[in-house]
Amino acid sequence: MTADNAIRTDAAPRGGNIRQVIRLSIARTGMELRAFYRTPELVFFTFLLPVLFVVIFSTVFSGVIRGPAGESVGFPQYFVAGMIAAGVVSTTFTSLATTISIERSEGLLKRLAGTPLPRSSYFIGKVALATITSAIQAAIILAIGALLYGVELPTGPVPWLVFTWVFLIGVASCSLLGVAYTRLIPDGSSATAIVQPPYLTLQFISGVFFQYSEIPPWLKFVASLFPLKWMVQGFRYVFLPDWVAVDDYGGEWHMERVAAVLVAWTVAAFVLSLVYFRWERPGDR
Amino acid sequence: MPDPAIEIRGLRKRYGTFEAVSGVDLTIPTGEVFALLGPNGAGKTTTVEILEGYRDRSAGEARVLGVDPARGDAAWKSRIGIVLQSTGVFDALTVEEVIAHFASFYPRPLPLERVITMAGLEEKRQARCKSLSGGQKRRVDLALGLVGDPELIFLDEPTTGFDPAARRQAWEVVREFTRTGKTVLLTTHYMDEAEHLADRVGVIVAGQLIEVGTPREIGGRAAAVAHVRFRAEGTLATAPLPAMPGRVESGPPIVAVATGEPTATVSALIAWAASLGVSEIPELSVTRPSLEDVYLRLIEEHSDAATREGAA
Repeated sequence: MTADNAIRTDAAPRGGNIRQVIRLSIARTGMELRAFYRTPELVFFTFLLPVLFVVIFSTVFSGVIRGPAGESVGFPQYFVAGMIAAGVVSTTFTSLATTISIERSEGLLKRLAGTPLPRSSYFIGKVALATITSAIQAAIILAIGALLYGVELPTGPVPWLVFTWVFLIGVASCSLLGVAYTRLIPDGSSATAIVQPPYLTLQFISGVFFQYSEIPPWLKFVASLFPLKWMVQGFRYVFLPDWVAVDDYGGEWHMERVAAVLVAWTVAAFVLSLVYFRWERPGDR
Repeated sequence: MPDPAIEIRGLRKRYGTFEAVSGVDLTIPTGEVFALLGPNGAGKTTTVEILEGYRDRSAGEARVLGVDPARGDAAWKSRIGIVLQSTGVFDALTVEEVIAHFASFYPRPLPLERVITMAGLEEKRQARCKSLSGGQKRRVDLALGLVGDPELIFLDEPTTGFDPAARRQAWEVVREFTRTGKTVLLTTHYMDEAEHLADRVGVIVAGQLIEVGTPREIGGRAAAVAHVRFRAEGTLATAPLPAMPGRVESGPPIVAVATGEPTATVSALIAWAASLGVSEIPELSVTRPSLEDVYLRLIEEHSDAATREGAA
């Protein structure tokens, strides 16, 4: 969109524009939430899938992971961080890339583009929905883990503050990546097929399903280029004792790297979205 | 005289080597209902989408409500309404929610009640969009185009998929909208729709506007030759035809006379039949070419001309 307010006398003043963006972002978020909770299959699978994962994992793998000095943590305690991180990728990246592609194919984006709705409000509504569903999903995973499988939740504000920032930057980076990724999806009907492979691959190599120390080094290198591995690492810091980091992450949690990579991806995905996002269907020019 | 609602000069749009729009000039004054007719692929939709701000042009000038549509900002978009061909994804939302949501985008929207009534959606206001029929979804599209109370509305095939009663109702909506001095640019495949709604029609073929005029006069329709037809039975079939200002093209049994003076022709026929003792001429009719006849002739002439040009 060409910004050309200078030559137009009827353009609203700057402050009015920002108020307008905020007002309409809230309106879009309301509509997104309403459309979400009125689509039972969407609600069911968004929240059921991670629950299934936790139940199946904690039931099938009921072992423990042993530390260097004979300490141990149960599998549920170990894997809950990965489940939350994988859940975030699913509700942000996967879900946004899919729904935005479908809405573009169905002509909703074109329709909105023909109205005075600020384009940013559309994306803010999407990211707000992804944040809310991710938070509910994480709460469900933690509740089931704690109630049924003896997952110990951290006490005190510091771990929860860390949990919050890892969660928020994780949501931001993966949401924006989902927006940028729609550039590779020509049609809504092919969205799932194009979105699932990177998500599934990264789940396997980022230590969601396996102990991270068991993954071959070159795959670890690939995993460390993407946000999921760092989100898992950040959440493990919250839920696991420090000795786990010795085996898995080379001695320390490296939370400063977690923050750096997730922030870098957030910025990169934002720029990629600005450059590559297409409001039109392919073929419409 | 106020500025025209739409003004385009030498408008062109190229896709690679293919020119979808090749030099269109058109002025649509404020308050006019203009219908753009043309076969699929003639450049209708491309032209309209350039004016709506969806596509860039390759060359030429365009002004929509005094603004270059390639640079239309939110303030400009709040002055236009677009009714699109495809329906969006509002399945889980009710008719009322969707219309109210779109109303919130505009600085001065029409009251919700009025839009719902105009679109004939009173019965369906609480219904989820998923449950609507094709025609009802189209009415929601219409409502979404009108809700911002635009000065200019773009209607892309507004009644495709409507049953005849719903089409009449949609035409009423458009007429009501134009009664307050607003401008409409409409594309349609239905000639009766253009005839009912449009002040002027334009025919676009192969990217060029080949004819513009009122539905009554376009393509020399008003002055065109009329056909007087009747069935020659009994004595009418055997007696020689009278002298008439026209040329007999066919018959009997169905006699068709092409004439510039249909009234004189009919008078001659009545006198002739009376002299033969026939007071009622079977199946007597006078027809002028319909808008569809004119439209089809224009397209045929143009494609013949294009073929000749191509051969030369």
